[in-house]
Amino acid sequence: MKKSHIIGLVVIAIAIAIIISTAGDASSYVTFDQAYQMASTGNKGSIHVVGELKKDFRGEITGLEKSPDNLSFSFLLLDENKKVQKVYYNEPMPPDFTRSEKVVVIGSYRGDLFVADKILLKCPSKYQEQKLNAGV
Amino acid sequence: MFHFLVGNLGHLFVITSFVTAVITSFCYWKATVTSDLTKRQGWIVNGRIGFLLHSVAVLGIVASLFTIIYNHYFEYHYAYAHSSTHLPGQYMVSCFWEGQEGSFLLWMFWQAVLGIILMFTQRAWEAPVMTIFSMVQAFLASMILGVVIPGLSLKLGSSPFILLRDAIADPIFKIDPTFIPKEGNGLNPLLQNYWMVIHPPTLFLGFALTLVPFAFCMAGMWQKKYSEWIKPALPWTLLGGAILGLGILMGGYWAYETLSFGGYWNWDPVENAVYVPWLIMIASLHTMITYKNSKTALKLSIVLVIAVFVLLLYSTFLTRSGILGDASVHSFTDLGLSGQLLIYMLFFTIAAIVLVAVRWKEIPTSEKEISTYSREFWIFMGATTLCLMGFQVLVPTSIPVYNKVLEIFGIHSNAAPPANQILFYSKFQLWFAVAVALLSGTGQFFWWQKIDKQKLKNEVITTSLITLIIFAIILITTQVKDPVYMVLVIAGLYIIISNVKVLASVWKVNPKLSGGALAHIGVGMMLIGIMFSSGYSKVVSLNNTGLLLNKEMGTEFNRDNLLLFINEPRTMGGYDIEFLGERLEPRNKSGFVKRREVDPTPDPFKVVANQDILFKGEKLYNAKDTFEIYPENTFYEIQLRKGDKIAATLFPRIQLNEEMGGILPSPDISRGVTSDLYTHVSSSMNREAEPEWGDVEKIKVKQGQQFFVNDYVAMIEEVERVTTITGLTIADDDAAIKLKIRIEGEHENFYAEPMFVIKNKIDVALISHEIGELGVKITLLNIHPDTNEFTLGLNGRQKDWVIIKAMEKPYINVLWLGTGLLMVGFFIAMVRRFKEKA
Repeated sequence: MKKSHIIGLVVIAIAIAIIISTAGDASSYVTFDQAYQMASTGNKGSIHVVGELKKDFRGEITGLEKSPDNLSFSFLLLDENKKVQKVYYNEPMPPDFTRSEKVVVIGSYRGDLFVADKILLKCPSKYQEQKLNAGV
Repeated sequence: MFHFLVGNLGHLFVITSFVTAVITSFCYWKATVTSDLTKRQGWIVNGRIGFLLHSVAVLGIVASLFTIIYNHYFEYHYAYAHSSTHLPGQYMVSCFWEGQEGSFLLWMFWQAVLGIILMFTQRAWEAPVMTIFSMVQAFLASMILGVVIPGLSLKLGSSPFILLRDAIADPIFKIDPTFIPKEGNGLNPLLQNYWMVIHPPTLFLGFALTLVPFAFCMAGMWQKKYSEWIKPALPWTLLGGAILGLGILMGGYWAYETLSFGGYWNWDPVENAVYVPWLIMIASLHTMITYKNSKTALKLSIVLVIAVFVLLLYSTFLTRSGILGDASVHSFTDLGLSGQLLIYMLFFTIAAIVLVAVRWKEIPTSEKEISTYSREFWIFMGATTLCLMGFQVLVPTSIPVYNKVLEIFGIHSNAAPPANQILFYSKFQLWFAVAVALLSGTGQFFWWQKIDKQKLKNEVITTSLITLIIFAIILITTQVKDPVYMVLVIAGLYIIISNVKVLASVWKVNPKLSGGALAHIGVGMMLIGIMFSSGYSKVVSLNNTGLLLNKEMGTEFNRDNLLLFINEPRTMGGYDIEFLGERLEPRNKSGFVKRREVDPTPDPFKVVANQDILFKGEKLYNAKDTFEIYPENTFYEIQLRKGDKIAATLFPRIQLNEEMGGILPSPDISRGVTSDLYTHVSSSMNREAEPEWGDVEKIKVKQGQQFFVNDYVAMIEEVERVTTITGLTIADDDAAIKLKIRIEGEHENFYAEPMFVIKNKIDVALISHEIGELGVKITLLNIHPDTNEFTLGLNGRQKDWVIIKAMEKPYINVLWLGTGLLMVGFFIAMVRRFKEKA
């Protein structure tokens, strides 16, 4: 066998290893029910839940609680199945949080509380913004 | 008043730039395929005129957009969305490329500049290269066209010249179509940083530079000059590698200085998207050099050069199509351009693949097996490792794409990127980096000639020995205990030492050849710097008070954060640390102003000095001066002392910006030779809320008698009759008394001046005086002339406080020094290759 063939085989082997390990470490987008099930069956891995903030009939966010020193906060999130879940985040509220149209929480269930390790926000693009809010 | 002219002109320029790009491409294509020499010359002249017109149009777009931003024409959506009247001049430039349209424009601008340079320097290559250049320009121009194709209701591109009333359906435009807001949304405070002025242009110049080797390669395939394209493309690849690398590093440096995650690299998909093409570009650079030296790896070079450009388009697609929306913290949202971006990417990918496939058999290859004892073998292995490195980042970063693709086939997939990105990527990239270091370190021994087994053995052994000796010294002097980090240090040292050896021998012969060795030494230093600064970053703000900051918070937070009350020193990591108060930043002078030294005015951007203001012994303002500040920014003066010596005075910042949604902390860094001290505010008092004063304590005191207020010693120094009070008229038969009360603070004396006013003989007005910093409010409640006593009302509240987190980042300067050396190496090599051509 030529040296280049050996190198080629090694490269392919590494590439396959990379793909397999990525599949192993990849997280997944789930609903709160699935996440709860995973946690109760002993799966401690972090998962992603995509949802929207719970709003009342006037469109105002409800269930947002900040700790007295603003160092942590909790909120209510509606997942794709409209299930409401209280989420706790151990960091100050990220900028733009209340303006986000979609929130991705990455974390896991601890008891009945979903504890987020990380929050990603999807903020409305300026083009979807329907109201002026400065200097009017 | 609407300024229609500039917008219409801008839009006209956009259309012109698109049309001229298409025409230029056609002319140069004709010039390439025409064999008649005079006709060809004619087409070339047409092409040149076309491209120059195109460049003028691009400049015209830039000028129009800048005029709109600079003059605050808020009737335009772009100015409204990205700028504000209070934005300092240099950041107007940042507004320009904050939006997607502006960044496309920046990209186009650089490509126009590069196109002009190539047009006048590459006689033989001009026609085919410029055909490809103009084609790419046409695609980019189409991204900002903002034209709706009639009949198809298909929107092509997104124009930066769209009016606000067309972009936003606010009811006010129904009532008043001529409505123009007085103020814009402003620039995200995180982007108000000098790195954000220079980082995007650098990065986009890097983007533009990837087109040059691609265009040469395509031209070479097209013209059947299968190997000739390498020579003119090589210096541009070097320049591209340097500039793109510099742009990425600037982004990292900006993150280090501005974002409070305590690092410079987060493995965020947006960061990954540009890191991958850069890695492949570096790989292509090495195989191109190999080809120049020994006529091997031509096919590999072709594949890699194409891959760089395609990956760059792919990364543009990832970051701008909104596909990463659920995976990244800072991807652009979809502007409706994703379809167009996809076509752009697929067009060039497929065109390149087809062209290369057609010519593949004709591309010359060297049949001889490369020897393990040749430089080419090691470079080839290094390039392969770089490619695998890029592949490892690309596969997980693309997870959202797989979901979308599967969706097209009706399969629901819910895969998400790894939850902890830093951990996930680092564990792979670290070992690849070690492999790259060992390969390139060894490869460097082949610099001059082919060496045999024995010579190689000697070189490797001596280098390894020196490496181990230095490693032993590092092990003794620092605390590197983790075996993985030890391997990384050894690899870093190995590449440094082998390249120092090469540098020493090259320098004697010709210093101009030292670029490669210098760049590799830089890489080694970067590895060591990254290892120390990330692996051994130490939290120094350990909470040693035993006080729980917040019982709801995890133990980690309570352990790593320190609550500082104003003027109450604490010890931290061998330092005495003290919070000295809140500071404001004047707009036109450098330095900081204490919040209590100024009084607010109705305009939040202006304040009045209530005393002479000094900063570091220099007078900034006189009492009663009115000056501008940035009301969004509050700085927290934190002093660190070792013994009696001031080690550092830090000003970490918090920005409050309602438009941009809340509180944004930014760190301050005290830079040292061996380590940086990095401090950011985790939480601070809410300035917006009314302070909660405790109950009033009433006391009777005489002048000169000491009393306590909020634990501070205080005394009435003077009693004074006042004749004028701002905001109140004092008539002749009114009486007004002012007390001057001295309060002894930790560092200086404060004066409270409460007043007691009797108007019209019966009305009593009490004017209290607050000293916010000390949490003290004093009111003069009554005067007893019979006993010479005064009744004072004393209120106390919690003193000002701030919670900080401080980290020590050891040897981070090794990383920055390494990046500097890498750049120097790149530029030396580039100059050499450019000259070689001439």
